[in-house]
Amino acid sequence: MAIELKMPALSPTMEEGKLAKWLVKEGDEVSSGDILAEIETDKATMEFESIDEGVVGKILVAEGTEGVKVGTVIAVLAGEGEDASSVEAPAAKAEESAEAPQSGEKPAEDKKPAESGTANLHSDIKTPRGPEVPHGTNMKTSTVRDALRDAMAEEMRRDDRVFVMGEEVAEYQGAYKVTQGLLAEFGPTRVIDTPITEYGFAGIGTGAAMGGLRPVIEFMTFNFAMQAIDHIINSAAKTNYMSGGQMRCPIVFRGPNGAASRVGAQHSQNYGPWYANVPGLVVIAPYDASDAKGLLKAAIRSDDPVVFLENELIYGRSFELPELDDHVLPIGKARVMREGKDVTIVSYSIGVGLALEAAETLAEEGLDVEVIDLRTLRPLDKETVLASLAKTNRLVVAEEGFPVCSIASEISAICMEEGFDDLDAPVVRVCNEDVPLPYAANLEKLALIDAKRVVEAVKKVCYR
Amino acid sequence: MPKAKTPVAETATVADASTDEDFALHSLQAALDADKRYEPSKEELLHFYEQMLLIRRFEEKAGQLYGLGLIGGFCHLYIGQEAVAVGLQSALDGSKDSVITGYRDHGHMLAYGIDPKVIMAELTGREAGISKGKGGSMHMFSVEHRFYGGHGIVGAQVSLGAGLAFAHKYREDGGVAMAYFGDGAANQGQVYESFNMAALWKLPIIFVIENNGYAMGTAVKRGSAETHFHRRGTAFRIPGMSVDGMDVLEVRKAAEVALEYVRGGNGPVLMELNTYRYRGHSMSDPAKYRSREEVQDVREKRDPIEHAKAELMGMGVTEESLKELDKRVRSQVAQSADFAENSPEPVASELYTDVLVESY
Repeated sequence: MAIELKMPALSPTMEEGKLAKWLVKEGDEVSSGDILAEIETDKATMEFESIDEGVVGKILVAEGTEGVKVGTVIAVLAGEGEDASSVEAPAAKAEESAEAPQSGEKPAEDKKPAESGTANLHSDIKTPRGPEVPHGTNMKTSTVRDALRDAMAEEMRRDDRVFVMGEEVAEYQGAYKVTQGLLAEFGPTRVIDTPITEYGFAGIGTGAAMGGLRPVIEFMTFNFAMQAIDHIINSAAKTNYMSGGQMRCPIVFRGPNGAASRVGAQHSQNYGPWYANVPGLVVIAPYDASDAKGLLKAAIRSDDPVVFLENELIYGRSFELPELDDHVLPIGKARVMREGKDVTIVSYSIGVGLALEAAETLAEEGLDVEVIDLRTLRPLDKETVLASLAKTNRLVVAEEGFPVCSIASEISAICMEEGFDDLDAPVVRVCNEDVPLPYAANLEKLALIDAKRVVEAVKKVCYR
Repeated sequence: MPKAKTPVAETATVADASTDEDFALHSLQAALDADKRYEPSKEELLHFYEQMLLIRRFEEKAGQLYGLGLIGGFCHLYIGQEAVAVGLQSALDGSKDSVITGYRDHGHMLAYGIDPKVIMAELTGREAGISKGKGGSMHMFSVEHRFYGGHGIVGAQVSLGAGLAFAHKYREDGGVAMAYFGDGAANQGQVYESFNMAALWKLPIIFVIENNGYAMGTAVKRGSAETHFHRRGTAFRIPGMSVDGMDVLEVRKAAEVALEYVRGGNGPVLMELNTYRYRGHSMSDPAKYRSREEVQDVREKRDPIEHAKAELMGMGVTEESLKELDKRVRSQVAQSADFAENSPEPVASELYTDVLVESY
């Protein structure tokens, strides 16, 4: 029987990839372990190995094809005793049966890959041009990943004190490809691979900043930064104060933060509220490519220690990016992503997409929603939040993170303390469930915030 | 089979370190053992003596002010360990080298020539203190003197010190970082993370373990599986040296051996300075973990200041002139205490300054 070779998922978040190169051709005999093709994901180029023996019958997806969905049949192997040349390409029967299940058969849904909760965090919604981008600026399309990379490269060209250090940032080109190409341009003295030793290299980076350099320290994820949190808080954040303003620590700690896709509780936490709790730190959590670039450049130039929280699920998404020679954005300023008069949704990072999506849904139901992206979590731009509340009198906070002692809790407190007279309804927090993030796809989906929950919360504060 | 003592260890140069594993890790010890003591001029030794005396009198005064309630919080005195900071720092080049230490930091600052007035005023929490009264005993810094603290988290200064060394190497400024820590801190995990990277990247750093016998109240043998701390770099191919930290001249000599190796681009050195603290871990130490006799014995037989005094008198310095010097030091300390007591507290608005450098 012919064996179907399907486009493999090569990372937890991969949904599609490019079939970069076939290393076999039709008629070739292959055995298990042979490399069949090279597949490029948004994170890396990977080799695709055969696990079967046989003869390559038909190649169904030509090399160079982009956007090949995971699970697509890309080739067919003829098994033992089969004539490779007569092997037929399979009909798209999976789709057919999914569309029209025969009575008496089990529903085809059982065979579909489980849909994770992070699929619900995805939003294709376009973001508007930021208020800081001058009219008439040319815009190009860029992924958040490339925007972050460009920010680092530009700042490294500008200031030779800036260097990048972390696990796999150099020769591997970044565990999430964010530092791709930096080693080639800046060399190994400025793009430094460390051993797996978060506490140690966070300390070395902090010491180097005290000694006058401008380190950008990448954590493979902020989950691993808990091993290093002592240096971020006790060494980096407090030194300027403890020294009476004598000893500065201009450092950026950056990396992905928050839930990825089905990587379980230890790899799926949002540390925004943790760091935002600490005076002496600046905490930034951008959403789109323009903010990622403009705020990372600002963070690298800042004389203060900055925690820069990225999101793995957004790295590969494309947004408009202004073509400016030096796109630097102000730290500590929220951005009104969408103006509205009936109700305000405050969010940051990946939650912004959900908030914008909820706003579109609600517009169809006649609610005019204002969406605010906090962008910086510390110092928090209270003025923008309170001004919006004064206009709409109703507010929801959408946050991909635990609800207890969250940024959402903080915004609620601010609204109560400083905007009480403007409130027509209690502020509602929409966060993840208050449990460690589960692995099972269905449970993960239940645990994570989604646009539907944001919509419901908005209706609640509007008494609809 | 025990190795015969070969002449290799005594005659070979540092350049051989990369080829002979045994030699590499013991070469510096061999170099020190071959010629253990620095030969100072009379003036130099007088200067060391004065610095050690200043630290002792300063610390005694600080203990007194603590008892009077003028100093609060935690206060860790350096009495007994004076020769370590004075001997090591006398060998550094103040124009380019950097120093970092833990919370027992008054002595290192005084050894660097930082004005005792601003240190004492920091201890009393006054505006004129070196950290404007916002740091306290454990958190003092002088970027001007390349003294980077003053860190309250045990072991943190080791990674931070490796970062200072990284900056020296990155800038190619020829500087060496010296990171002090105790026998207690030597058991922290990040110390070994830093050893690994410092050796891997050949960072210009001298790791200094001040082994005063007790991690707070835990005797070394109760807390450390390997009590010979100078061997703790072996797994990272960092050469170690065991040094008598009660003899300022041996300390100075050892520092020179270490500095020559580090300045030669060979990477880090680990020095163990065997010393003793006469006072408690902090001012609130009940001292139940050791006997009075033990402390008295070290005071009588190994005291670094008495040691230097005898040496000076052997060089023809009169008892009278040493008394003069003692008087001068006492007066300097008294002045710093007066200054610290009479300086105003920080103004209330200082509460909100220096949290961040920039305004956003």
